[in-house]
Amino acid sequence: MVRHCGIHRADRSILVGRVMSLRSPLGRVLGLGTAKDGTGHWWGQRVSGIALAILGLWFAWSIATMSGFSHVEAVTFIGKPINALLLLLLSVTMAYHSYLGIQVVVEDYVHSHGLKTASLILSRFAHILLAVAAIFAILRLGIGS
Amino acid sequence: MNNNDRPLSPHLSIYRWPITMVSSILHRATGVAMAVGYVVLVGWLFDAASGPEVYDKFLSVMDSTIGCVLLVGWSFAFFYHLSNGIRHLVWDTGRGLEKEQATASAWFVIAASIVLTAAFWWAAS
Repeated sequence: MVRHCGIHRADRSILVGRVMSLRSPLGRVLGLGTAKDGTGHWWGQRVSGIALAILGLWFAWSIATMSGFSHVEAVTFIGKPINALLLLLLSVTMAYHSYLGIQVVVEDYVHSHGLKTASLILSRFAHILLAVAAIFAILRLGIGS
Repeated sequence: MNNNDRPLSPHLSIYRWPITMVSSILHRATGVAMAVGYVVLVGWLFDAASGPEVYDKFLSVMDSTIGCVLLVGWSFAFFYHLSNGIRHLVWDTGRGLEKEQATASAWFVIAASIVLTAAFWWAAS
């Protein structure tokens, strides 16, 4: 029984002097290497998370200490250059961090290949739409008025 | 052998959730909740840029009872996700992964996020 397992065959190929490769036979046939992006998602999530810890605390503090939420007060707050800059950074970073998070959730729970792909495309479109809407609104209030 | 005599492994519904499991599920749940909250944040910015009429409609929706409950929920979600995110960053350095340490930090994060949420609404009022 042990003869038929993979380890036994690997041992034999070392014995006959062949160089062992970690690449799968399928990968070799298709001529594909790694995407060189194995840790990209992980790093993106961490770095955007650190940025959001700072930007989020600034936003929470700003919201908590705002005098009121009338239209005039909101427009004045968003239109102030330093606030507009930080709101732009917050909106874009949040869209990116949220996309990465939702992607993992979809990959974990949606098992049908077609539905998974459709959900990921929809999620990407939605996050880009929201980020662009936020950028447009902030720039309009920051520059336009 | 009679299959009925075998012991059953603990199932989700009869299993006393370890606090580390609760904190892990909460991290994901608060993340998804804030993804929905992001739509409202962008709505606030966009409606503010759209003029007073549109903005006042937004304000009246958020000023309702449901709106206030959602805002309190999102503020807790933010402080929880932030605190637990820092816990994750500490784990990424290889520290705090022992069972007792993870249990203690889970309780700490939950307590900290409740205190921060209370402080936020105290500062806002």
